[in-house]
Amino acid sequence: MNNKYETVIGLEVHSQLLTNSKMFCGCGSDYQKAEPNSRVCPVCMGMPGVLPVVNRKAVELIIKTGLAIGCSINGETKFDRKNYSYPDLMKGYQISQFDLPVAINGNLNISLNGNEKTIGVTRVHLEEDVARLIHKNEPNGTSHSLIDINRAGVPLMEIVSEPDMRSPEEANEYLIQLHSIVRSIKASTANMEEGSFRCDANISMRLKGTTELGTKVEIKNVNSFRSVFRALQFEQNRQINLLEIGEQIIQETRGWSDESEKTVSQRIKEFAADYRYFPEPDLPPIIISKQWVDQIKSTITELPAEKIQRFIKSFQLSEYDSSLLISNDIIATFFEDTVNECKNLGLNYESSAKTCANLLNVDLSRILNEKQLQISDLNTDYGDFSILIKMISEDTLNSTMAKTVFENMLLLGKSPIEIADNLGLTQISDTDSLEQIISEILSQNSPAVQDYLEGKETAIRFLIGQVMKETKGKANPKIATEIIISQIKKS
Amino acid sequence: MHQDDLKTLTIENARNLLDSREITSLELTESYIKRIENTETDINAFVTISKESAINDAKNADILIDSGEQNLLTGIPLQLKDNLCTRGIRTTCSSKMLENFIPPYDAFVTEALKNQGAVILGKGNLDEFAMGSSTENSAFQTTKNPFDITRVPGGSSGGPAASVSASQCLFSLGSDTGGSIRQPASLCGVVGLKPTYGRVSRFGLIAFASSLDQIGPITHTVKDSAMVLQNIAGFDSKDSTSLNVPVPNYLETIDKGIKGFKIGVPKEYFQEGINPEVEKIIRDSLKVLENLGAEITEISLPLTSYALAVYYIIAPSEASANLTRYDGVKYGFNYIESENMWDGIEKTRQFGFGDEVKRRILLGTYALSSGYYDAFYLKAQKVRTLIRKEFEDAFCDFDVLAMPTSPSTAFKLNEKMDDPMQMYLNDIFTIPANIAGIPSISIPAGMNNNLPVGLQMMSGALQEEKLFQAAYAFEQATEWHKIKPKL
Ligand SMILES: [Zn+2]
Repeated sequence: MNNKYETVIGLEVHSQLLTNSKMFCGCGSDYQKAEPNSRVCPVCMGMPGVLPVVNRKAVELIIKTGLAIGCSINGETKFDRKNYSYPDLMKGYQISQFDLPVAINGNLNISLNGNEKTIGVTRVHLEEDVARLIHKNEPNGTSHSLIDINRAGVPLMEIVSEPDMRSPEEANEYLIQLHSIVRSIKASTANMEEGSFRCDANISMRLKGTTELGTKVEIKNVNSFRSVFRALQFEQNRQINLLEIGEQIIQETRGWSDESEKTVSQRIKEFAADYRYFPEPDLPPIIISKQWVDQIKSTITELPAEKIQRFIKSFQLSEYDSSLLISNDIIATFFEDTVNECKNLGLNYESSAKTCANLLNVDLSRILNEKQLQISDLNTDYGDFSILIKMISEDTLNSTMAKTVFENMLLLGKSPIEIADNLGLTQISDTDSLEQIISEILSQNSPAVQDYLEGKETAIRFLIGQVMKETKGKANPKIATEIIISQIKKS
Repeated sequence: MHQDDLKTLTIENARNLLDSREITSLELTESYIKRIENTETDINAFVTISKESAINDAKNADILIDSGEQNLLTGIPLQLKDNLCTRGIRTTCSSKMLENFIPPYDAFVTEALKNQGAVILGKGNLDEFAMGSSTENSAFQTTKNPFDITRVPGGSSGGPAASVSASQCLFSLGSDTGGSIRQPASLCGVVGLKPTYGRVSRFGLIAFASSLDQIGPITHTVKDSAMVLQNIAGFDSKDSTSLNVPVPNYLETIDKGIKGFKIGVPKEYFQEGINPEVEKIIRDSLKVLENLGAEITEISLPLTSYALAVYYIIAPSEASANLTRYDGVKYGFNYIESENMWDGIEKTRQFGFGDEVKRRILLGTYALSSGYYDAFYLKAQKVRTLIRKEFEDAFCDFDVLAMPTSPSTAFKLNEKMDDPMQMYLNDIFTIPANIAGIPSISIPAGMNNNLPVGLQMMSGALQEEKLFQAAYAFEQATEWHKIKPKL
């Protein structure tokens, strides 16, 4: 990148709130999987004479999100009408929030290559989604559009950042952080593929050392982290190239195409759109009391960044392992319960944590992938799991056996002891039976014994291999080695 | 029932006749349908007459009455202004845009009346989307004043007021955004009440100006008005602006008299081009109230003169947003010979809306535009707050305020159609109550050249019982409400 310039990026994220019903009516908000136009009523269809009623849960989720990113919550919030005409907008205006959003002045910490940075969040507000238009081109050359009203009136939150990001990498990191926060507080499913977490990005360039903002370009509705990142990279280069040959940046909206990996001009903004905002007369302002905020605050448990730090500290895990574990609530809880139970069983806290983390981060995700299952489909009894950890730490199972037992536990829901018994998978650590087996093997393999006595260390490996063969792999290799050496020395 | 008997019938005495089985709801309903058929060619008060469903409603009402399960309005034939949604009966707003619109839902008030077993005779004509003061802005027909069919009935609830005046029904429900119940009630010699904003749910009232619209009854008498309000008022979870305050029993306090009542008479309502004959009738009415024991004091409400300007910014602004949904895409009129989608939307609105509706959409769009918002809409909201405060202060000292409803009696058809400003001035005395959100009633108070004159009274928010008390006392002491058109 050209060092003369500084990139300035601000992001607007629209995230669908995790409510059962729509923003202003009782229709289900599960539009993604529903038959077209099956989640509709006169209110969300904008029929004459109907009135909106605020979904209180949606307001709570905005307050919760605001609190989670350090916003102040306005004591009074109100709705406004944003007027524009388009067939996907049922009433001819969108109920949104203009000058009194629910939450303002927050911030989000990101870390990039070990450097911490705080990105300002201007506001978090509530609004309703619009219908989906599906454009159809017929073979005879005509075209028409179909309207699916299911999405109309679904509650969205808009999270607007300050233009604080200085590179596509920072923007990417901000999105990852924000995404993980709204998911962890269950404000949104934030599923990007389903369109419940969408991003508009504003990007401009200026000469380093200057403070004035350059002409900004808006990139609309990009649906994956990768696409946002690629679009910003592309746009950054495009703008620098233009500036370098002395051309002006045009203020416009550009769309990102995943196929061509380019942004393409969609609409040139000659003047700002006039949405003629005015207070929504059908909805009185909402008073947000301190008690209400406190009550919501008390439901916010640990935020992702805090949880990672705690895992690193109390379990002595790496940042990588910790963030993998906490990315799924069920797994994180399962992990913590298991490690605590291991402690009750008298096992070493840190080493059980390490064993447990490995099984969950490596083996569990492999099993989920292979079997195409969700974590919720599996047996996750932490009592069973802690016994498995105990068996591993006491060398009753070697690591291959442990993986097999683990997989069967998850799939069959039986205790590890039962599974190990059924599959005949217990490591023989019992010295008496091993002594006998080894003594026979030594007597049948005197050349190898002789080799060892002559100083050929590798002979021991051959002997162990014989023990494993005899015990079908169940002998504890460490104990077997000790016995072999002591028997040879005694003989 | 004989046609002439209908002219003196009220809800109160129809209730007695129904309960004593002297008449069935079916007989009563058939009499009204006959009366409508006989008078409608002169009056044009109905956009839709729902004869079959009315007869059905009446039969069901008779079953309820026979089993002793009746309420105050069971079996009572009524009309609804055609901007109140009725499931299965078309609801047009007297606009070409909704000419064939049949709502799949009932307005809150429609449902309340149906639950009572009331009988819906049909839908009353109005100025298109309730915008107007003469009902001449209807896309379908011009309603005439039953006292003189060369004159307007007032508006926008001209159909409801004319219909009650012509005894085509026992009552009608109207909507009042700037006087649309009271001004036509005044011009047609009937009782019209605009309740406190939020007292009656607006769910299913097709919006004109959401922060000003309110539904209310048009009746023959004050007691009937109280009976109807009693049954349509109350909290509705589907209307977030409806007030969650218990509804008092209006009939319990209505006849308590007004001895010691403090009545303020704001002098600003006797200027602004008021017809001197109307002024005299109102002054005489004040004497009647005084003779009934009220204390009459002249006061000043200096902000009154700003109410009209405030109204003509706020109402069109809200209307401009409320009416954007009529684009021909989802329901209603659709201009089909269009070149493309945008052309279709444009032509649908060009041919679907009448001139007055377009005028107000333009006014409102302008007032909300960036660069004008602060000077118009925001300023109007600030003045609105001041006007509300001025009324609140007045009601610290007075039980009710009294003034004329309209500066004049019914004017000739077409007389003001070419002069919107003259038309707008008709509502100059009624608009302040909408701006302040307070209740207000118009009752028959005299005749000038054989045309009715209405006395208006206002009270503090949710003080409808005081209005009923004062209006009922006046009505008991006078005969004006008994004067019926010759029709
Ligand atoms: Zn709905």
